[in-house]
Amino acid sequence: MLQPGTKAPDFELHVTPDQSLKLSDLAGSPVVLIFYPADWSPVCGDEIALFNQAKPIFERYQAQLLGISVDGAWCHTAYSQANHIHFPLLADFEPKGAVSKSYGIYSPGGTAGRALFLIDGQGIIQYAHLSPDAINPGADGVLEKLKEIHQP
Amino acid sequence: MLQPAVNNKDHIQGSLSSPVILVEYGDFQCPHCRAAHPHVKMLIKHFGDKIGFVFRHFPLSEIHPMALGAALTAEAADNKGKFWEMYDAIFDQQELLEEGLPGLQLIIRSVGLNPGETEKEWTDKGITAKVNDDFESGILSGVNGTPSFFINGTKYNGAYDFSSMEKAIQKI
Repeated sequence: MLQPGTKAPDFELHVTPDQSLKLSDLAGSPVVLIFYPADWSPVCGDEIALFNQAKPIFERYQAQLLGISVDGAWCHTAYSQANHIHFPLLADFEPKGAVSKSYGIYSPGGTAGRALFLIDGQGIIQYAHLSPDAINPGADGVLEKLKEIHQP
Repeated sequence: MLQPAVNNKDHIQGSLSSPVILVEYGDFQCPHCRAAHPHVKMLIKHFGDKIGFVFRHFPLSEIHPMALGAALTAEAADNKGKFWEMYDAIFDQQELLEEGLPGLQLIIRSVGLNPGETEKEWTDKGITAKVNDDFESGILSGVNGTPSFFINGTKYNGAYDFSSMEKAIQKI
């Protein structure tokens, strides 16, 4: 797993079947990368639902939230619509898991691990945390670090 | 760790100076919170004046469309001295929230309040701030789903049935 102080590998992934997003296009503002195993996990304790609800707090620090899993863009679109997700979910789909592998959090089971990275405006990883697949890490750790590095 | 610590802005059953303070972050439309509700009531009864119980709002309104309205309703009821009565009424009749606003209005009437007057208070600055502040404090405290419980400020990660929580509290 990539550690704080490392330059965050750039990537370009599909958000929807006809739109893609490049990490380096977001340079200048902090980015929270939320790697997660799969769309459609149960909702009340779901990590994506939690960050979605906490998005206005992250926005106070100009931070952009990005979710990443190996699900395809069509799956992300359906999942986003069903759960009213207000940040991009990226498809690490082809070649499968390539970005997850470059961050060192690809699981042998064939999914992204449940990992959080905070990348600062200069593209440097400031926070890295890996949780067991079944444990939602919450947003407190990454938010605390964000507050430390970025005054609103 | 719970932050901020329990304080006089919180809704509490029992006393702030009780040896055990149990805090729940909950969402009125969450089925797991409803399932926990009778167990929490049993804990309060069982520990009596040794426990203080605090409820803080954590509405996941993007997946539970009536959660925010229900939280604001409980706060509006607080202005009439009926927070806990409304809290019980919403969990006891949670299925009515599936009917949307008309269902919530039935719940409001069931505690003797006027739905129109109650809904007007939803935009009251103090009321919206209380719900938002509770949610943000939950995020800062590491709440990762609902319900989330804290026992004397420390997150409890066990099951939320009476006997599991009773054991965890006894250890204190």
